[in-house]
Amino acid sequence: MQTRKQIFLQGIKAGIPIGLGYFAVSFSLGILAKSIGLTPFQAALMSLLNNASAGEYMGLTMIAAQATLGEMALATLITNARYLLMSCAMSHRMDPRTPFIHRLLMSFDITDEIFGATIARPGYLSPWYMYGAMVPAIPGWTVGTALGTLAGSILPLRVVSAFSVALYGMFIAIFIPPARKEKPVACLVVLAFALSFAFSRLPVVSDLSDGTRTIILTVILAAGAAVLFPRKDEEEEAAS
Amino acid sequence: MSAYAYIFVMAGVSYLIRALPMTLLRKPIKNRFIQSFLYYVPYVTLAVMTFPAILDATQSQWSGAAALIVGLVVAWLGADLFKTAVTCCAVVFLLELFLC
Repeated sequence: MQTRKQIFLQGIKAGIPIGLGYFAVSFSLGILAKSIGLTPFQAALMSLLNNASAGEYMGLTMIAAQATLGEMALATLITNARYLLMSCAMSHRMDPRTPFIHRLLMSFDITDEIFGATIARPGYLSPWYMYGAMVPAIPGWTVGTALGTLAGSILPLRVVSAFSVALYGMFIAIFIPPARKEKPVACLVVLAFALSFAFSRLPVVSDLSDGTRTIILTVILAAGAAVLFPRKDEEEEAAS
Repeated sequence: MSAYAYIFVMAGVSYLIRALPMTLLRKPIKNRFIQSFLYYVPYVTLAVMTFPAILDATQSQWSGAAALIVGLVVAWLGADLFKTAVTCCAVVFLLELFLC
C-alpha cells in the first residue's frame, strides 16, 4: 500500500511534462489575449480559474466580439462540454468513502491531460495523485499565459507568429488520435473543416461571430453524428 | 463590459461543468444519444476552431496552412500534444524566414 505522500510525488512526476506542454500552449493563448486587449494579470487570472485551452480561446473570441454574458456562458458550456463527460467518468471511479471535499477540489482541474493521467491508473481514483499533477500543471498554464501576454509586445513579430500556432497544434493533437481510430470521428473532422471554412466565407453566416458559428456547427455536427453513429460502452471509451 | 465580468462567467461555467457530475451524478448516463453527443462535441469544436482560423494566426497564410498540414501528419503518426504544438511552431518560424 502506497502512502499519500508517495502517490502525491508520483502525481507531480506525471504533471511535469504536462506543465511544460501547457507552458508552450498557454504562451500562445497569452499572445492572443494581448491582441484583444487583456492585461497580463487578467489573462493569468483567466487561465488560473479556467484551465481550459479551447474554452479560453473561445472566451477570448467572445470578448473580442463584445458578446453578452449569456452568450459567453453558452460558448463556455459548449466548448468545455467534454469536461462534463470526463467528470461523469471520474465520478464512477471514486471510492465511495472518499470525503466529499475531494470531489470539489479534483473538479477544479479536470483537463484532457490530467484526466488522462489520473484515470489511467488502476482502481479507485486517488485525489492525491491528481493534486500532485496539478502542482506543475497549474503554474505552467498560468505563468505561460502571463508571459505570453507580456512577450507579445516584446518579442519579434516572427517569433510571435510562430508561437501563435501552438494552440492549434494542441487542438490537432487532441482530435487526431480518435479520428485515426474511428471513422465517424475522422468524417466529422473533415466535415467540420469544410463547413467551418464555408461558414467563414458565405454571406449572412459569416456575419455571425466566430464563437456563435462554432457553437452552431458543433451542435449540428455532434447531434448528427450521435444519431447516425451512436456509441456503445461510453464508460470504457471515456476512460481509454 | 469589464473583462473581469467575462472572466468570472467563464470560470463559473467551467467549474460547474466539471463539478456537477462529480458531486451529483453517481450513476452513469443511460441515454445513448446524450452519451454519443457529449463524446463527439469536443472533437467537432476543436476541428471547427482550428480551421480556417489557423490561416489567419500567422503572418502569412501559407505558413499557417503548412503548420496545419504538418501538424495533422505528425499527430497522425503519434506525436503527443507537446511535440505537435512545437512542430507547428517550428514550421511557421522556418517558412516565414523565406516568406516574410
